Amino acid sequence: MQGLGILSALVWLPIAGGIAVLALGDRRIAAARWLALIAAIATVALTIPLWIGFDRGTAEFQFVERLPWITAFNSWYHLGVDGISLPLIVLTAVMTVPVIIAGWKVIEARPAQYYAAFLIMAGLMIGVFAAIDGLLFYFFWEAMLIPMFLIIGVWGGPRRVYATFKFFLYTFLGSVLMLVALIYLYVQGGDYSLRALHELPLTLVEQRWIFLAFLAAFAVKVPMWPVHTWLPDAHVEAPTGGSVILAAIMLKMGGYGFLRFSLPITPDASRELDWLMIALSLIAVVYISLVALVQTDMKKLIAYSSIAHMGFVTLGAFIAWDIADSTGALRGAAMGLDGAMVQMVSHGLVSGAMFLCVGVMYDRVHSREISAYGGVINTMPKFAGFMVFFSMANAGVPGTSGFVGEFLVIIASFKANFWYAFLVATILILGAAYTLWLVKRVIYGPVANEHVARMPDLNRQELLVLGSLAALVLLLGVWPAPLLDVMHSSIHHLVEQMTTSKLPL
Amino acid sequence: MPDMQTYWSTIAPAAPEMYLTAVICAILLIDVFAGGARRPRLTGTLTLLALAIGAWVAIEFGAVGERTVLFDGLYVADPLALVLKLSALLFVAVALLYSRPYMERRRIAGGEYYVLALTALLGIFVLASAANLLTLYIGVELLALSLYAMIAFDRESPVSAEAAIKYFVLGSIASGMLLYGISLVYGLTGTLALDEIAQRLTTEPSLGMVIGVAFVVVAIAFKFGAVPFHMWVPDVYHGAPTAVTLLISTAPKFAYFALAYRLLSQGLDGVSATWTQMIAVLAVLSLIVGNVFAIAQANLKRMLAYSAIANVGFILLGFTTGTTSGYQAALYYTIVYVLMTLGSFGVILLASRRDFEADQLDDYKGLHARDPMLALSMLMLMFSTAGVPPFVGFWAKLAIFEALWEAGSLWLVVIGALASVVGAFYYIRVVKLMYFDDAPAQPRGDAGRSLRFVLGLNAFAALALGVVPGALIDLCRSVLG
Repeated sequence: MQGLGILSALVWLPIAGGIAVLALGDRRIAAARWLALIAAIATVALTIPLWIGFDRGTAEFQFVERLPWITAFNSWYHLGVDGISLPLIVLTAVMTVPVIIAGWKVIEARPAQYYAAFLIMAGLMIGVFAAIDGLLFYFFWEAMLIPMFLIIGVWGGPRRVYATFKFFLYTFLGSVLMLVALIYLYVQGGDYSLRALHELPLTLVEQRWIFLAFLAAFAVKVPMWPVHTWLPDAHVEAPTGGSVILAAIMLKMGGYGFLRFSLPITPDASRELDWLMIALSLIAVVYISLVALVQTDMKKLIAYSSIAHMGFVTLGAFIAWDIADSTGALRGAAMGLDGAMVQMVSHGLVSGAMFLCVGVMYDRVHSREISAYGGVINTMPKFAGFMVFFSMANAGVPGTSGFVGEFLVIIASFKANFWYAFLVATILILGAAYTLWLVKRVIYGPVANEHVARMPDLNRQELLVLGSLAALVLLLGVWPAPLLDVMHSSIHHLVEQMTTSKLPL
Repeated sequence: MPDMQTYWSTIAPAAPEMYLTAVICAILLIDVFAGGARRPRLTGTLTLLALAIGAWVAIEFGAVGERTVLFDGLYVADPLALVLKLSALLFVAVALLYSRPYMERRRIAGGEYYVLALTALLGIFVLASAANLLTLYIGVELLALSLYAMIAFDRESPVSAEAAIKYFVLGSIASGMLLYGISLVYGLTGTLALDEIAQRLTTEPSLGMVIGVAFVVVAIAFKFGAVPFHMWVPDVYHGAPTAVTLLISTAPKFAYFALAYRLLSQGLDGVSATWTQMIAVLAVLSLIVGNVFAIAQANLKRMLAYSAIANVGFILLGFTTGTTSGYQAALYYTIVYVLMTLGSFGVILLASRRDFEADQLDDYKGLHARDPMLALSMLMLMFSTAGVPPFVGFWAKLAIFEALWEAGSLWLVVIGALASVVGAFYYIRVVKLMYFDDAPAQPRGDAGRSLRFVLGLNAFAALALGVVPGALIDLCRSVLG
């Protein structure tokens, strides 16, 4: 297929919806709200034919659209999905709906712009995952910064300006270096198409620099230690919806970038520098988990927990060669990548839900401090059930989606090196420690103060949002096969690409 | 009269300049004799009308299929000249549209203002079509003299007078440099025609030639406002009435592009190794100084002045390659930059009122609340200038980076990339003021609805050309190639 199709609809429908919402404005906010919700749900609906029609037996890009865009740079409006991008596109579409619903009553300042920003962002993020032209990818990747900058800056907390500038400049710096590398690749190969970039032969020196430039962009987005410091600030100051999108989708872009760009374009440099990636991932898992333990702000705690969980993603992606070296076979490598992918999807759902839970409490008490709560279960029993469930998922309890990804990565790292597994498995203890301790302090115990005593339980909207997310987390936890199925061929193709040297013999 | 016909056909491509000269005389006369209070209005309307017809004249007569040299090698008509002239026409027209209410409200909108804008435009035309060192010089002077007078147009304002004197003195020095450089080049090659200079510069340059080239480069840097010859830029941008700043900061950039391109890439191509290095130094210094100093500004006009210096750095980066794709990228960058600057100063004009200049950054606090449309336009223009997609400023930077990579200039790419990150800070700070800060109670600007529509179009162009950038890039490639 060459012309416009379902992927274009997925990208542009939310953007058009966002513009329409903006046009309706704050004066017709009731209509704008419903329009935003309809646009978000329609986007989810569009992913259904994509999921059903997706051919699981091939690693080729599907639903391809290719139209001339910038002939001077040989860049095309080129969209397509494979098993790696499809789950993330669905995740993006799905997570936008709760964000819209969560802001239904809470957002009082400039609500139309709030919904518009999230819808436009959803379109751009789907564009990032669907673009299979390097320049088009970068176009969406950077454009996304603008709505996020505004979301944190306009609707954020007291230190929002500091946080949003930090967020913007950090990510902009990383991205610009990636752009420099992309242009270099274009000048070498004369083509921005992803497949051409994957096949472009490169020397080790070139690969090393390109890998590092990509690392600058993706590591900031993931975020990896030590460039993670923007995330807690951004999360704490962002409104609930902003936190959800940040944690659920934007962090995934970094992980996606590694799988889509770093590994296949610079396989030899990735192999050579995998020790660096593994070390940074382990630091993220162990050190950041310890940092999470001492947080007194709920959002900060979950933000640090996100960084630790994303450490699994980067670890799963980069232990492939160690597995091959120690077992002599490549079969295990796919397991690490599988784990990375499942972890991304699962973390998207779980961390999004956790931030929604914090949002629910924040809307009632207007505090994110753990010490401001206590005994919430007494006044909000339904909510407490969800909060405990999502915390369990965050801690990786079997039966939840959090378990599957972590388990796959831990098993894969056992194959690579015992000590990796030993270190990374500490999250089972540390993760449980900080999450359950959070639950203990916030949910259980006697009612701490009169604010908590006055907290009403979940309303229908909140119940609907948390309920459906909980169902997804549970479903993915007990039956991850459909997800693994979709990814299977693409992951295997990726393993092949990673292990095929690009160096001249 | 067959003779007349043949003669006309040989000079027809120069019709835009002849037309403009005639129109300038006519408008000046009408302005003198048409009395009454509505005089400036009438002149303004006539000028805009003349510019519209000028676009037709330029396309009808100036659009030559291939390079045509007229007047014994003094004048050249080629696709580049046409594109530069049409761009200048368009941008001068929009600039005059923006500035009209501003000038009228301050009662400084004499008819001379429009006539001076037209003579400046004529200077740009002459430069765009110059094929000879003397034609170049005439264009430079015609443009510069018009601008000096326009800066001092607000006679009551000491700041404007100071800015005009400063620009005049420094501009004269630059002219002197240019003449001196020209004289050395002429002395060593024996010709003033750029084509012939190019033919005769085949050997290694002598010391005299290197010195001549250096003087020429200094003059170009002065005109562009590149570091270290940038001292006049912030003061002039700040001191001139905002309407004039708008004019100075936009269309003349095309003239300076033509100056640099005709002189360096066409005339002195044989010694490009000499001047590319000098330009590289100027470009890097401009990028660093412009971006860093812009952060410290509290005045939006001054901030945009330093931003202009930084952006000139980017344009010059295109010239450092000495390759066609570098010049193409520089041309594209110039057009895009002028489009965005036009909008940015347009916002300042539209935000101002009779007794209020709206040129302090703090004046934009909470602009979103009192004037959402203006704030949204400024947001788009600022993100565009910062080089963030989906706006057109991104593609301009990309084109420059691409040309630099092709030429293998790794360090220039990296410096340019890092400079654009530093630059992003002060552009998004404007967005922060408009959107994140609370508004002190203030009335909004008193510009009319039609003008707001033009500004909206201007900002929308930055978005549309960013989403569908192919056509303009292709145009820039086709006229230089």
